[in-house]
Formats: sequence, structure tokens, C-alpha cells
Amino acid sequence: MEIVTPSLGLVFWTTLTFLLVLVILRKAAWKPILASLKEREEKIQDALDSAEKAKEEMAKLQASNEELLKEARSERDAMLRDARDMRDKIVNEAKDKAQEEADKLLANAKENIRNDKNAAIAELKNQVGVLAIEIAEKVLKEQLSNDDKQKALVDRLMDDVSLN
Amino acid sequence: MNGKSTIFKQLAKAAFAIAAATALLIPTTTKAGGNSDEPFDAGAMIMHHVLDAHEIHIVGDFGIYLPVILLDDGIVVFSSNDLYHGVEKTITIDGKEENYFSANGYSFMHEHVYKGETLTTEMVEGESHITNGHPLDFSITKNVVGMLLGGLLLILIMTQVAKGYKKNEGKAPNGIQNLIEPFVLFVRDEVAKPSIGHKYAYYMPYLLTVFFFIWIGNLIGLIPFLGGINFTGNIAVTLVLATFTFIITSYRANSGYWKHIVSPPGVPAALLPIMLPIEIIGVFSKPIVLMLRLFANITAGHIILLAFTSLIFIFAETYGAAGGLGVSVVSVAFSIFMTFLELLVAFLQAYVFTLLSALYFGMATEEAHH
Repeated sequence: MEIVTPSLGLVFWTTLTFLLVLVILRKAAWKPILASLKEREEKIQDALDSAEKAKEEMAKLQASNEELLKEARSERDAMLRDARDMRDKIVNEAKDKAQEEADKLLANAKENIRNDKNAAIAELKNQVGVLAIEIAEKVLKEQLSNDDKQKALVDRLMDDVSLN
Repeated sequence: MNGKSTIFKQLAKAAFAIAAATALLIPTTTKAGGNSDEPFDAGAMIMHHVLDAHEIHIVGDFGIYLPVILLDDGIVVFSSNDLYHGVEKTITIDGKEENYFSANGYSFMHEHVYKGETLTTEMVEGESHITNGHPLDFSITKNVVGMLLGGLLLILIMTQVAKGYKKNEGKAPNGIQNLIEPFVLFVRDEVAKPSIGHKYAYYMPYLLTVFFFIWIGNLIGLIPFLGGINFTGNIAVTLVLATFTFIITSYRANSGYWKHIVSPPGVPAALLPIMLPIEIIGVFSKPIVLMLRLFANITAGHIILLAFTSLIFIFAETYGAAGGLGVSVVSVAFSIFMTFLELLVAFLQAYVFTLLSALYFGMATEEAHH
């Protein structure tokens, strides 16, 4: 069974060769190769991680943008509502004031008209009085223009008195 | 696209050059299968290819002779050419005549080196035994060459990859980085991390080295015309690799691991005398299984591929050239299929060895949580 009998020479040479190959490759090949592979893997992992982080940040940014937009929109709505309220208030106030003014003017006018009317009535009364006196004066003057008429009047007046 | 097509062109050119060189170098007088007067022995041919050898046998008589290094009262070095082409002698073992060669004071039979130029035998319990002793054989065999080639290739490729990371720092990987990186990541993310947990980094250099070492070894074994270099299918190599895993497992093991062996939790004291040996066997069976699995899988693949090829010659001998030709169609088809399967197995066994090593490391360093 020569095939299963290890020969000393080959054992020696195998040990020597394998150890040499192991030592040389360990230093000259495996260490740099494994180190490079590890380094590259770490680099790729880092890149992936940072990409993921950037994506997350982007999403966060987008979310905050949306939030901001929403806030701005609601603020605009509030402002618009305020403005509308203010406008309504101003308009209403103006309306009220105008009404008041108008009422006041009307009242004044009415007062004036009444005053003027009263003045006019008083004036008219005076005028009528004066006119009546003037007419009476003229009538008297007319009726007492001659002695006959004066005598007739006195007679009539005397009649009245005697009756009493 | 452009770079790819030039690489293919270069590969095609290289393949053509190798084929042409081989064709020129094959001596025209030699025939496949060795001596033509002997019947084709498929078993011997397969074993010759699967086992280690002192030469890289390419084709026919053409091969590359490797240095023989012996430790025998000092270091003795000479080319294996001396042994393969030494003085040819014969010896009778158990009634069977065997050829051997002797040179430089040593004898050489079936890839084994014996002391002395003449072999002698003695009968022990009815069997012939060679009385000559062995010198310690530290020869650069074909598997050592394959292993050195694999190691060198690994160092060249991986330092190139590491350089790429330095050059392309902060940039996308390119070139050979793209080829190797998935496997490095595979070992790290699919093997080490799930099996060991957060302490995986300490074991990464070993796991990566073992993974690529076995894989490239398996692939080198699949290259034809390399004399069947088959070091990951050699038990000595898998023994060393499994021993490394065993040593690291034991060295890094925490107290919980040893406590588990001495007194497994939930086991009544009366059962301990039975459990203790089982647990101790378990400690050693893990690396032994690791050793055998890789060895058996790779060797089996080689044997199957060689067997398909042998079929052609067996049929040719029995039924003539037509039989060999007929079977060759089937053999080649199956060989192609098996080669593709072996390409998968080459990766799979490297993966399994690495995964199991990682699992053992993980088990030995598991934090107690019961």
C-alpha cells in the first residue's frame, strides 16, 4: 500500500513550501488585500449611511417646509379675516356716524324751520296789527273827515250809552 | 475585449509552441506504454502516474530528470538521470523477476532508493524482503516541483493582486483583482465568518493560503503532459496540511474545548470511561478525515481519467487497432466529461478542506453558552 504511505521527503518539502508560501502571502498579499477590502466596504457603508441620512434630512426639510406653508396659509387666512372684520367695522362706524350727522342736521333744520315759521308768524301778526291800525286809522280818518259824520257818530255812541 | 483576445492568442501560440516542441523531442522509435514486448499493465501505469517520481515524465522516453537529495552520512546530491539510466540488474522477489538500476552507490527500484549497489533479499514468514536499508530521501520529486511551481504561481498572482489594491486605491478593482477578489470574499464571508464568528480575522491568512494552495495544486494536477504531478492527491501533502489545521486548532483551542473532551456536558459519570476515548479519537479523527478526503478525491479523479485512457490500450491489445479506435471515442468523451468534473472537484475539495478547517477552528474557540 505504497499509495497511503507518506514519504518523509515530501512531508519535509510540503511543510517547508507551505510555510514559506503562508508567511510570504500573509505579509505580501492577504494583509493588504483584506485591509483594502475592509476599507472599501467601510467606505461603501459610509456612503450608503450618509445617503440615507441625507434622504432623511430631505424628508425632514420637506416636512418642515410643509408645516411652514401651512402656517403661512393659516396666517394669511387670519389676516384676511381680520381685514374683512376691520373693513366691516369701519364701514359700519362710518354709516352710524353719517346717520347720526344726518339726524342732527335734520333736527337742526326742523328747528330752524320752526323758528323761522314762528318768527314769520310773529312778524305777520305785527304786520297785520299795524295794517289793521293803519286801516282803522284810515277808516276813522275817512269817517270823521267832516263834521256831519263826526256828529252822527257821536250821536250813535250817545245812543248806546243812554241805553245802558 | 481587446486585452482578452490578445491573451487568448498568446495562449494559443504558447500551446502550439509547446505541442511543436514536444513533437520534435519525442524520439520516433519509442512507443507509448513502455516496452512493446511486454503486455500493457494498466494498474502499473496508473500507479506510476499517481505516485511520486524522481523525474517529470512527459512522453515516451522524454522527461525532466530531477535532483536526488539523500541524507546518508551527509548530504548526497546527484541527478536522477544516473538512477534511471544506471546499471540494469534483476532481482527475484517472491518468484517474480524485477528490474532495478544502480548508480553512485545506491540502488533504485520502483522509485525507491536503497543503500548499496546490489540488492539482497531474505525470507521472512514466507515473503521476500529486501535487506538493504533506505537513505533518507529528500529528493526534489515531481510533486515537490509541482508544489514549488504552485507556490510560486500563488505568490506571483497574489502579490500582483495586492499591488492592484495599492494602485487602484479608492477606485474600482480591475484585471486580476476581479478574478481573485470573489474567492477571497467567498473564503471570508461564506467560510470563515459563519464558521468561526467574530474572531475569524486571525485565521484568514491560513484559510486563504490553504484554499488557494489546494486549488492551484488540484488544477496543476489536471494539466496533461506534466508527468502526472499530483501533489494534492499525495497523502504526504494532505498529511502536512491536515496537521497544520490540527496544530492551529489545538493551539488556539480555549478551555471549553478541552473541558468538552474530558467531561462532555450532560454525560453521566458512569459513561465517562467510554466517552473519554471516543472524544479523544474524535480530536484526531477530524484531521485524519481531512487528510484522507482530499487525498482520496484527487487521487480517485486521476485514476479514473487514467483508467479511461488505459481502456483504449487494453481494447487495442485484445481486439486489435480497430477495438482501440472504437473505444477511444467513448474514452475521450468520458475523459472530457471527467476533466470538467475534476475542474469542479478541484474547487470543491479546496473549499471543503478550508470550510472544515474553519469549522474546527470555530468549534475549538466557541465561547461556552450552556
